[in-house]
Amino acid sequence: MKTALSPRLVLAAFVALLLVAPLVLPAFYITLLNYIGLYAMVALGLVLLTGVGGLTSFGQGAFVGLGAYTTALLTTSAELPGWLGWAGGSPWLALLVGLVFTCVVAFLIGKLTLRLSGHYLPLATIAWGLSLYFLFGTMAFLGGHTGLTGIPPISVFGYELRQGEEVYYLIWLFVLAGVLTTSNLLDSREGRAIRALKGGMVMAEAMGVDTARSRMVIFILAALLACASGWLYAHMQRFVNPTPFGLHIGIEYLFMAVVGGAAHVWGALVGAGVITVLKQWLQDLLPKLFGTSGNFEVIFFGVLMVLVLHKARGGLWPILVSGFKRFIPVAAQRRTVDRDAVALPRRELPAAGSVLLEAKAVTRRFGGLLANNNMSLEVRAGEILALIGPNGAGKSTMFNQVSGVDTPTSGEVLFLGESVVGKGSRTIARMGMSRTFQHVRLLPTMSVLENVAIGAHMRGSSGVLSAAWRMERSEEARLLAEAARQIERVGLGEHMFDEAGSLALGQQRILEIARALASDPCLLLLDEPAAGLRYKEKEALGDLLRKLRAEGMGVLLVEHDMDFVMGLVDRVVVMEFGEKIAEGLPEDVQRDPAVLAAYLGGED
Amino acid sequence: MDFQIALILGQDGITNGAIYALLALALVLVFAVTRVIFIPQGEFVAYGALTLAMIGNNVFPATAWLLLGAGVAVAALDGLGALRAGQARKLPRVLAVNVGYPLAVIALLRLLPLAELGLAVQILLAMLVVVPLGPMMYRIVYQPIAEATVLVLLIVSVASHVAMVGLGLLFFGAEGYRTPPLSDARFDLGSLSISGQTIWVVAASIVLIVALALFFGRTIYGKALRATAINRNGARLMGIPPALAGKLTFLLAALIGVLSGVLISPITTIYYDSGFLIGLKGFVAAIIGGLASYPLAAFGAVLVGLLESFSSFWASAYKEVLVFTLIIPVLVWRSLTSHHVEEEE
Repeated sequence: MKTALSPRLVLAAFVALLLVAPLVLPAFYITLLNYIGLYAMVALGLVLLTGVGGLTSFGQGAFVGLGAYTTALLTTSAELPGWLGWAGGSPWLALLVGLVFTCVVAFLIGKLTLRLSGHYLPLATIAWGLSLYFLFGTMAFLGGHTGLTGIPPISVFGYELRQGEEVYYLIWLFVLAGVLTTSNLLDSREGRAIRALKGGMVMAEAMGVDTARSRMVIFILAALLACASGWLYAHMQRFVNPTPFGLHIGIEYLFMAVVGGAAHVWGALVGAGVITVLKQWLQDLLPKLFGTSGNFEVIFFGVLMVLVLHKARGGLWPILVSGFKRFIPVAAQRRTVDRDAVALPRRELPAAGSVLLEAKAVTRRFGGLLANNNMSLEVRAGEILALIGPNGAGKSTMFNQVSGVDTPTSGEVLFLGESVVGKGSRTIARMGMSRTFQHVRLLPTMSVLENVAIGAHMRGSSGVLSAAWRMERSEEARLLAEAARQIERVGLGEHMFDEAGSLALGQQRILEIARALASDPCLLLLDEPAAGLRYKEKEALGDLLRKLRAEGMGVLLVEHDMDFVMGLVDRVVVMEFGEKIAEGLPEDVQRDPAVLAAYLGGED
Repeated sequence: MDFQIALILGQDGITNGAIYALLALALVLVFAVTRVIFIPQGEFVAYGALTLAMIGNNVFPATAWLLLGAGVAVAALDGLGALRAGQARKLPRVLAVNVGYPLAVIALLRLLPLAELGLAVQILLAMLVVVPLGPMMYRIVYQPIAEATVLVLLIVSVASHVAMVGLGLLFFGAEGYRTPPLSDARFDLGSLSISGQTIWVVAASIVLIVALALFFGRTIYGKALRATAINRNGARLMGIPPALAGKLTFLLAALIGVLSGVLISPITTIYYDSGFLIGLKGFVAAIIGGLASYPLAAFGAVLVGLLESFSSFWASAYKEVLVFTLIIPVLVWRSLTSHHVEEEE
């Protein structure tokens, strides 16, 4: 068996190739590589936005234009307004201004659209891309359609980067920095929140993640990458005009990300490379073939894009990787958990027997349907309360009322003495209530460890920048150690590094409990945790819940499995037709005539 | 600006608005039934208008070759599917519909003296060529990924749009065309002079909207589409095949697109890439209706048309920018009224 290469070695080889490229390749190829680098930066932003975050933008070309025009204006204009005078003349200061400006614009666009369903952002970015393009072309001080000329080259420590191969190193330094910081970010607490955006928003909110903020973060980051690319472009070309910042280029950037592999940072480079080289080639070939000039390569790109999305939605990168590994094995990057990391601080649990959750006369109407009518219940610290009832009795609706997913029509829900009606699941999670879902909500392609670590999200505080630059590693180690501890506690230790989607359904339910525990709650809400579990697993779950109760946690359980419930819980609330029909000790409830009638059919 | 100019601008605005309203209805319909954000809607406008222009100029419209190509692709997909399912007897029908029909249309276009036909027959021919591209497009592009997320469908839409614009350049060249007006009449109402074309546009839009309302309210296919729009899985369980609903929707969308092209091309010069902006204005209207409400979308369309014509008078350089910034207040309002976190499909 061949020895596997380490991923670091592969990366080093790639960087070495980049370094020697200008020494051996003719100028034409260096120009091509410069463009690939510039495009790759924009595509990288789209990987973050589209492939990872499940959002998209067609207006990235406009952000590139914003960066390019800002620096063009600041470095060429003879008379700047007084308040901007300090930024004139130096490309580096212009970069700073461009980034700040882009950040503000992206924030405003994001603020407008990110609360709405996912398709409003792309539609808004189409409008934004078109509008900015028209503005570039009509504003007199931006040079109209002829643009601005005489942009100075960038100088680094007094050395001016005038030649293509000189800018080359700066461009690729930016690209590599972008790739590195993006992959750092994705492998962190903030990164897990971002990766949860695609298909896990309800879950993430219930774990205390501010998903609107995470969406904003990736939209702004993508815009900043585009802006930096535009800055480099302006100083490489030494002139700007509106053409390269139009909507059609914004669409091309998206093609690059999708064709390359929208879920992988390196896919951006592959996509930018493939599309740029293909475009060069097709622009030569097609006009000859059709006998007239025109941008016919877009026909090919459009068809290619549809085919990629039909046949290989992951793009080229995963295909390349598996092909490469067949010939040269590369060792998988295995994460380790630092067992010696200092344990995270724990919440002080309320004294056993004190009331944690109190629902008073909760009523929820859906039109004419009364799903919950005048429902009251309370859960105390150190007890397990079961909410049972036949199908359609309104248990899950009740569960949603107390966990903040839904808002009751009338009535009150107090958690730790505070009203939580209308507060939203994120706030309630922060107060110390954590939950599992009836229909398992996991991120199937992430490892068990990472899934559980999302539960610990609110116990960390490091932000996006410290994650991008790896300044939060000690906190990250503590979060992962906590996640590992909870995984072992529920008995999934041997699956810690497996993909969550590869577990059996019963194990996935257990994983959800570990994730809820990782948030250090004082009240645990479990929606049918025993469904799909085997006998032994149920026994283990029962033991775990008993242990949690002994530690002083309160548990509210919605469950169908009567054997499981009756041997475990302290008290039972029985619902039928949205109302409470009985409440009390398990053995009393089992003898209650109303309950028997509800379950077995009443006597007439 | 005096009252006279305001009347003229208002008339222009309402004429264009009526066309945007048709497009907005098609966009809302396609999104509701298939979750596709149909960016290529505008290409059907341009293809319809330019195919009509070609026929009027006695030139064989190259879109007929696209019809044949798309037909062959559909026949290949459906034919292979039928063979795999062991239903070889379906093959003749698949071939006749998807290859026979385009060949028949091509023969018709070759044999008829195109320029000498009346305008109505020319319009009919243009529709015979372009409208079937709608359902064929659904079969080739969207049906294989009908269950994908809205985002993936949107990216596919944009890809198809880009390809269709490129093909448009290949078929029609970079030159723009206008088609003859449907009527040369003018009517004077006091100080206001109304052109016959305006009346045609507004009347045709109203007739189409009423026809669509009747289709959705009274016919079994219309009801099937409505059912699919409300609940795809439920409709499927009731025996409405999603593929049929998709094709029917795209047929309607293509029909509306081509008719809009026929209505707008006497007013505006249409180029191979004009469809996109026209379609986007339909989108702005559809967004005003939240991609869900037909009456709000129609109202939005008239608003877009009026804004466009008045801004072309006051600030013509910023006309397009002003139209697209119209969606900002709409988005603000929608953003302020929606609070809950929802899962994307």
